[in-house]
Amino acid sequence: MEASLEISPGRVYEVLEGVKDPEIDSISIMDLGMVVEVTTVGNNVKVVLLPTFLGCPALEIIKKNTINAVKELPEVKDVQVEFVFHPPWTSDRITERGHVNLRKFGIAPPPRQIEADGSWHIECAYCGSTYVTMENVFGPTACRSILYCKSCKNVFEAMKPVSTLM
Amino acid sequence: MNENETVMSQEYKEAITSLLFQLADDDFLYAYRGSEWLGLAPHIEEDVASSSISQDSMGHAAMFYKLLEDLGVGNADDLAHSRPALDRKNSVLMERVNGEGYYMETPLYDWAYQVVRSYFYTQAKKIKIDSLCESSYSPLADTAVKVRMELYYHRLHWETWFKQLLSSTDVAKKKMDEAIKKVMDDFGDVFSYGNEKLLIEKSRLISSEESLRDKWNASIEPVFAALQMEVPKISDKPTKNGRNGEHTQDLVEALHTLSEVYKFDPIATW
Repeated sequence: MEASLEISPGRVYEVLEGVKDPEIDSISIMDLGMVVEVTTVGNNVKVVLLPTFLGCPALEIIKKNTINAVKELPEVKDVQVEFVFHPPWTSDRITERGHVNLRKFGIAPPPRQIEADGSWHIECAYCGSTYVTMENVFGPTACRSILYCKSCKNVFEAMKPVSTLM
Repeated sequence: MNENETVMSQEYKEAITSLLFQLADDDFLYAYRGSEWLGLAPHIEEDVASSSISQDSMGHAAMFYKLLEDLGVGNADDLAHSRPALDRKNSVLMERVNGEGYYMETPLYDWAYQVVRSYFYTQAKKIKIDSLCESSYSPLADTAVKVRMELYYHRLHWETWFKQLLSSTDVAKKKMDEAIKKVMDDFGDVFSYGNEKLLIEKSRLISSEESLRDKWNASIEPVFAALQMEVPKISDKPTKNGRNGEHTQDLVEALHTLSEVYKFDPIATW
């Protein structure tokens, strides 16, 4: 007789560490702070995610990859993934490890602090210099900006800061 | 969502549905017209920026259509692609072509018009979104909080263009003045709720038309003052009111083009 093994949310979180951003494969959805809740009932799992940017075309891929990854757990029967807007995703949700993993990919992490006048400071993803200029606040994907480092003379990208204070 | 459905009165649901169609159709057409600039914007960085803004705005439209889907009004993709011009609730301003010509052939698009339309609309959208953050319908309020963060960058972008072109050469200034006139001719229905005015306003979903209009005026007044210009007046009697399904041939043609691929295979998964 087979014992009915209930799945624990902890196991699911471990698996979610392996679900990467399809456009930045060094960073997981956990690093990005997209996972807001994991609940399990018996062998069924529900994962609640926060969309980063509303028009991000990667969201559907992330949903599919999340379902597939969780289904890899042998005890899991049904997986549901839902996107919610509350709490709103902000760039402060990216973890410290997320910051490290973004740099690995050559993307500067978003600034932790935005000044009272709305300005913010970013360090070059390659050399760490703060002697940088903003080339374009809009970049190749909705969440990225394009900057130029005057120290090491490289163009680099940075995660765009988004905050409810804006 | 089920909880909401059971306690929601028929009248309240009608008000939300009407308002959501107006918001969704505005962003849908705005994003579509923006996307027609792809490859045609004045320089490469602008191409990246406007495409990004169009993509965000299409995302906002998708969220509003999704809220309609959650209310049981229909499938979000269908609502976006399959409704004829007569059923559309967008402001006439959003459907207007970018200029003469067709983007695949000889587009003679008017960048001044795009800048003015985008700046005035984005500023109007910000006023609405600020109000929607306090909406009595919480799924809409949550969406608005998210939209507001992205809108911050759009507004900044278009305001920069607006100020710079109006502080530029005589030719630029003349083109901008003409564009402002053209945009204002269609601005009368931007803050209109059409025939649903009473229904929407009493549902506390969003502020009144008048209050939004006043806030829009106040919000752009400093920009106009710095340029030594007067804020143009919004007409309270639009020649056509898109909120009541009154539209131009431009919309009919836009819908034909944008739904071509969708209609080719409506059950395809994207």
